[in-house]
Amino acid sequence: MKLKLHIWRQKHAQDKGKMVTYEVDGIIEDMSFLEMLDVLNEKLIVNGEEPVAFDHDCREGICGACSLTINGIPHGFEKETTICQLHMRHFKDGDTIYIEPWRARAFPVIKDLVVDRAAFDRIMQAGGFVSAHTGGVPDANATPISKIDADKAMDYAACIGCGACVAACKNASAMLFVAAKVSQYAYLPQGQPERKKRVLNMVAQMDAEGFGGCTNQYECEAVCPKGISVAAIALMNRDFLKASLTDAS
Amino acid sequence: MTLDSKIPSGPIAEKWDKHRFEMKLINPANKRKYSVIVVGTGLAGASAAASLAELGYEVTAFCYNDSARRAHSIAAQGGINAAKNYPNDGDSIYRLFYDTVKGGDFRAREANVYRLAQVSNNIIDQCVAQGVPFAREYGGYLDNRSFGGAQVSRTFYARGQTGQQLLLGAYSALMRQTGLGNVKLYCRHEMMEVVLVDGHARGVVMRDMVTGKIASYAADAVILATGGYANVFFLSTNAIACNVTAAYRAYKKGAGFANPCYTQIHPTCIPVSGDHQSKLTLMSESLRNDGRIWVPKAKADKRNPNDIPEEERDYYLERKYPSFGNLSPRDISSRSAKEACDDGRGVGQSGYGVNLDFRDAINRLGKHVIEERYGNLFQMYERITGEDPYSVPMRIYPAAHYTMGGLWVDYNLMSNVPGLHVLGEANFSDHGANRLGASALMQGLADGYFVIPYTIGHYLASYKKEKVTTDHPEFRKAEEEVRGRIGSLLSLNGSRTVASIHRELGNIMWEYCGMGRNETGLKKALELIPALREEFWQNAKVVGDGESLNNALERAGRVADFLEFSELMCHDALARNESCGGHFREEYQTEDGEALRNDEEYAHVAAWEFTGVGSKPNLHKEPLVFENVKLQTRSYK
Ligand SMILES: Cc1cc2nc3c(=O)[nH]c(=O)nc-3n(C[C@H](O)[C@H](O)[C@H](O)COP(=O)(O)OP(=O)(O)OC[C@H]3O[C@@H](n4cnc5c(N)ncnc54)[C@H](O)[C@@H]3O)c2cc1C
Ligand code: SF4
Ligand code: FES
Repeated sequence: MKLKLHIWRQKHAQDKGKMVTYEVDGIIEDMSFLEMLDVLNEKLIVNGEEPVAFDHDCREGICGACSLTINGIPHGFEKETTICQLHMRHFKDGDTIYIEPWRARAFPVIKDLVVDRAAFDRIMQAGGFVSAHTGGVPDANATPISKIDADKAMDYAACIGCGACVAACKNASAMLFVAAKVSQYAYLPQGQPERKKRVLNMVAQMDAEGFGGCTNQYECEAVCPKGISVAAIALMNRDFLKASLTDAS
Repeated sequence: MTLDSKIPSGPIAEKWDKHRFEMKLINPANKRKYSVIVVGTGLAGASAAASLAELGYEVTAFCYNDSARRAHSIAAQGGINAAKNYPNDGDSIYRLFYDTVKGGDFRAREANVYRLAQVSNNIIDQCVAQGVPFAREYGGYLDNRSFGGAQVSRTFYARGQTGQQLLLGAYSALMRQTGLGNVKLYCRHEMMEVVLVDGHARGVVMRDMVTGKIASYAADAVILATGGYANVFFLSTNAIACNVTAAYRAYKKGAGFANPCYTQIHPTCIPVSGDHQSKLTLMSESLRNDGRIWVPKAKADKRNPNDIPEEERDYYLERKYPSFGNLSPRDISSRSAKEACDDGRGVGQSGYGVNLDFRDAINRLGKHVIEERYGNLFQMYERITGEDPYSVPMRIYPAAHYTMGGLWVDYNLMSNVPGLHVLGEANFSDHGANRLGASALMQGLADGYFVIPYTIGHYLASYKKEKVTTDHPEFRKAEEEVRGRIGSLLSLNGSRTVASIHRELGNIMWEYCGMGRNETGLKKALELIPALREEFWQNAKVVGDGESLNNALERAGRVADFLEFSELMCHDALARNESCGGHFREEYQTEDGEALRNDEEYAHVAAWEFTGVGSKPNLHKEPLVFENVKLQTRSYK
């Protein structure tokens, strides 16, 4: 099939950037979306033009690197699917596709479709861990954890840190990402000792990074490729309130 | 090059304890005076960097990903082994040790493997303490499943995302140390060169992938935890950016490269669908717990698999290896699939596929159980192929997956270059000629959490070294080399894309140095590779500049190294006149087509020394001594 692509091109962080139109031909159904972009890039290189820069690595929906907004929707229209896992059988000949980077103040564009998501790492540094240093821990089966809680923790732990939730939110809020981590630990006994401190510190860092607040639009949940539920946000809000009221230090 | 494995004396079960006692220590207050560079933040690198920082060392860590959390370890699906024996089914440290040595076709170092089995249990404890949400039973205790090459259930897992959860555990420890200021972490930085001063590894030259800046970093020791090189085949289950550059640069600086030809071809991957394909997707081996593998008995049988009656199906693994059946080790399963397809009985468009069928398991257990066990894998399969594996069998075919070969290291995980330590998939140490499923995660974390924190202290305490800074002429020299190489890559202005050359290299390697190898083919590859390398330097095209993010340049650098390294793999495969594990030399097989080892002549590690691009490397042998397991023909019948 033949497609018309409008792609965001931006040389570097300071460049203003603009949409540029390309055509690709010979796209087949079994290709993934990123393989379709590979076809375009191969063509650009042969013509001596710079290929379109985009982040990607595993191409299996797990590393969280890929980060494209397709026709206005982060990761595209396929539910619970990263863009690297979207296949071209969902498009038809003659389609026009708009491809843009994540747009958020806290995710500045580095080049073309590549953005800087280091803010997420800094939020994790503020509290996204259990302070268990290597060695000297009890036997893994010493503390039974109900399967229900373990499964819940796993549901939230499945977050791949892609940032689509931020890109989808009109406030560019990172609540879903932060709440997923907070909730994972909240469901596990290992997470309890630092529970209050964690939520306060992570939220403080989130604010410091310039992410917006949550106004319950739930766009984040709609685009999340791992189906992280907004119930996490409610849990985090409760924890945050509780922690703020009691002395967390 | 001298290869001293430094295996401690004494009974195998006591070696590690004894060694830990004998190693020198650095007192807590002095540790902060020592600096360590860690390249790579996968399971091995992140666990090492975090653990060393906790001990008080000054750690600088690098990765080429935009976040440490995105290292390729994240993609591991199936699970991690440990000798906990929670199911009470007969497992023990000794059995895990034995299975691993046997699974590796008796080409691994006993002492290392034993230590791996010993610390395996600590890993699970550590991960649980970090909040890794492993799968549990209703009673609240940890659940286990079985993996290929074992008759006990010793694999711990977190849905189909075990690697992700383990890596996020290690990453969280790393984030904690980074936040505390104990680790300086640089993402989007690619290592271009290791720097040696007076023969010791004292630093690295890095390229900042965003600004293009070339900069040196000095330290008292260097750790490479840079992963495997299966992308030499172009198509593999590895993430796109995985490459051999860091290890290969170290090899060019004098580090021995051990057993480069030992590559693992994983039996259960989604088959190639066309030339556009950029990577292959693994379907976790855990699927073989419930899925049955078969091909039609008749050649070129193009019927819908569900219409093929039971008696016309060949469940070839169950037939050939009744005691391990569908859970036979990877090398054996892969080769059997290839045989069936070469025999014209493969399924799917290309004829290069076999069925992995869940019909019986669904009938026996119900769809919901299968969904709970493998739901996300089934979903992934459906996304990629557009077919529903609950109603038609999956189609799978072997693909390049893992590399047992890697930089040579001694018992302390140090290469023959003093100060240069190598962890995880990047070293050669524990898996011999074939790795068992769920053992790479175990090894990466064993190396990082529980081995290197001890052994690096011993190294640092043993050598009184001058402080060096990046002003040292060796750093200047290395930086110049790097700039020169980047300059030559950027000046390539031919007509072929780097990707097309990489793809061609992959075809050569798959054809001649893949699942089956023979002398004629390997010699042919050794003619084709230099010619392709020449083609690259004459006719490749690299666009863009060196002062900004340039994916094309990054890729060109990696492919340039693959174009040299692939030759080394072929030399190694050619020199090893036997079949063992993942290395199947067609000339050496038994009458019924099984691998034929030659213990008299090849029970050694082959460590290669660089002698110049295009010139035959020198072979050094480390004899493998088996004091505990008896060398025998590996049988899974
Ligand atoms: C799809 C898949 C599934 C798997 N499933 C399992 C499983 O179920 N069980 C199991 O035991 N094993 C499994 N494996 C194998 C296992 O995942 C890997 O062997 C293991 O994770 C490797 O970890 P590592 O830390 O050595 O390297 P990696 O995780 O590959 O990390 C390498 C790191 O080095 C960095 N790096 C590399 N080169 C450079 C450079 N030049 N400069 C800067 N940084 C660099 C990268 O950025 C990265 O941080 C699987 C592998 C694949 C591909
Ligand atoms: S919550 Fe979902 S959308 Fe947000 S970072 Fe995690 S996986 Fe991505
Ligand atoms: S490339 Fe890894 S999630 Fe898309």
